[in-house]
Amino acid sequence: YLHVALLFWQQVILCHCTLDDLRVDGRSCEDYRYVEVETDVVSNTSGSARVKLGHTDILVGIKAEIGRPKLDRPNKGCLEFFVDCSANATPEFEGRGGEELGTEIANALYRVYDNERSVDLKSLCITPMEHCWILYTDVLLLQCDGNLFDAISLAIKAALLTPSKIPKVQMMEDEEGTTEIELSDDPFDCVRLNTENVPCIVTLCKIGQRHVVDATLQEKACSVASLLVSVTSKGTITCVRKIGGGSLDPESIYEMIETGKRVGKALHAPLQDILNKEESLGKSREKVGFIG
Amino acid sequence: MGISRKKWELTIWMTRRGHGTYMDDEKLVASVAGVVERVNKLICVRPLKTRFNGEVGDVVVGRITEVQQKRWKVETNSRLDSVLLLSSVNLPGGELRRRSSEDELAMREYLQEGDLISAEVQSVFADGALSLHTRSLKYGKLGQGVLVQVSPSLIKRRKTHFHNLTCGASIILGNNGYVWIYPTPTEQNEEAGGFVTNTEPVPLSDREVISRLRNCILALSMHKMLLYDTSILYSYESAFHHQIKDILKPEIMEEIIEETRRRILEQEG
Repeated sequence: YLHVALLFWQQVILCHCTLDDLRVDGRSCEDYRYVEVETDVVSNTSGSARVKLGHTDILVGIKAEIGRPKLDRPNKGCLEFFVDCSANATPEFEGRGGEELGTEIANALYRVYDNERSVDLKSLCITPMEHCWILYTDVLLLQCDGNLFDAISLAIKAALLTPSKIPKVQMMEDEEGTTEIELSDDPFDCVRLNTENVPCIVTLCKIGQRHVVDATLQEKACSVASLLVSVTSKGTITCVRKIGGGSLDPESIYEMIETGKRVGKALHAPLQDILNKEESLGKSREKVGFIG
Repeated sequence: MGISRKKWELTIWMTRRGHGTYMDDEKLVASVAGVVERVNKLICVRPLKTRFNGEVGDVVVGRITEVQQKRWKVETNSRLDSVLLLSSVNLPGGELRRRSSEDELAMREYLQEGDLISAEVQSVFADGALSLHTRSLKYGKLGQGVLVQVSPSLIKRRKTHFHNLTCGASIILGNNGYVWIYPTPTEQNEEAGGFVTNTEPVPLSDREVISRLRNCILALSMHKMLLYDTSILYSYESAFHHQIKDILKPEIMEEIIEETRRRILEQEG
């Protein structure tokens, strides 16, 4: 992560803050910062979303392409992730500086999302062993202000929840034996992904004796280790991963997982509400985009 | 006071162009968004988003980045790191003590990399780097508190930059845009010359005041309002009945800023 030099005394005051449940900006240990979500920002994708969490800015675009299914999963589609740490985010990402962070995030996203329990991959299959939908998900980091995983997971969920423009296809075999793809004539005849089990990631950072949700860069610099917990809307945990060089006590891991479950479960309902509201506005919605 | 981004167009008759302007079809146009400054016939535009350009006598809050031979390098949001010479600090034992080689070797015990200090600009080197000094009891190493970074052009030049606010905390408004908020010290520790700091936990009530002030200052800077003790105090009073974490929400921020603007206009008018 980014290098932030912190005074010893500032670490002390931060540790005391977490003990009393009052962080530097007035939040409690389980509060998120102000989040802005906007979908359908990139017009040539099947689904896209932009999430602003504090100063962290993430853009996700999902494109659906037809490809061959994986050998061990012949009747399921799959997701491919690519994370681009833009040099706009911070000077450390200049050139190939952001590659390591990008691969770390992409690997975590594969663990969390590319399995049967999170996304209904069977619905992405067209012809078993021959054709399936592959969802190429591109994540672009525009600005880094701590808590990348949470923002990325919110953006992916928002991008998947929007009416993804995956058209209904049928494979036809003609006389010569070659397969042809037949699209339905109606441009609005789309397959909508079942996204009720798509999880959200909650990052918990251990500071002093307690842990905090949605840490800023300063708080992250004071913490030795963090725990990534991905939680579905029903409260099921799909993945737990430890990041950071420090050590975590097993008891504190248990506490952090419980907090992550609670906080993660509470994240889904407001997100769903906002996206429903956005969808109901339809064409009359004012798009903010990047200039507004 | 908001800064608009209009193009300032002035006739060229009897005027001299300064920094931040250019000639466009016999009209003088600003090339940066900022405040127009006029000295007799010289017109220049001081940009809003800029690095700190220090002048002698400015109070700055900086962070030590390097410990070198006989001096420290301090990061102050300027184009070059500022310099704090060993001969410009107050060492224990009185002012007129000669700097020995033991002092040089013990520099890291006074100020380390990562420490925050408040200092005054003593002079400016030829290349633009600032030379700082802490030769007064009010300057020195900073202890427990919160640092807020805003643009240097938002700090109003006043007679004093050290304020003990009536709401229960103290602030140092560094001219370089670094604002330090800390709990008001109960008693002064004079002999150490400002290098020994308190490690006791700050009480919760003080910390609430400090968090609220921090959010108010961020709100003021996001709306490009000048920062000085009165504006900060007014915004604190408007924000008093909101929850601390809500101050940074856009709607509530607008409300607080509107009220602060109104009160400042009333006070001036």
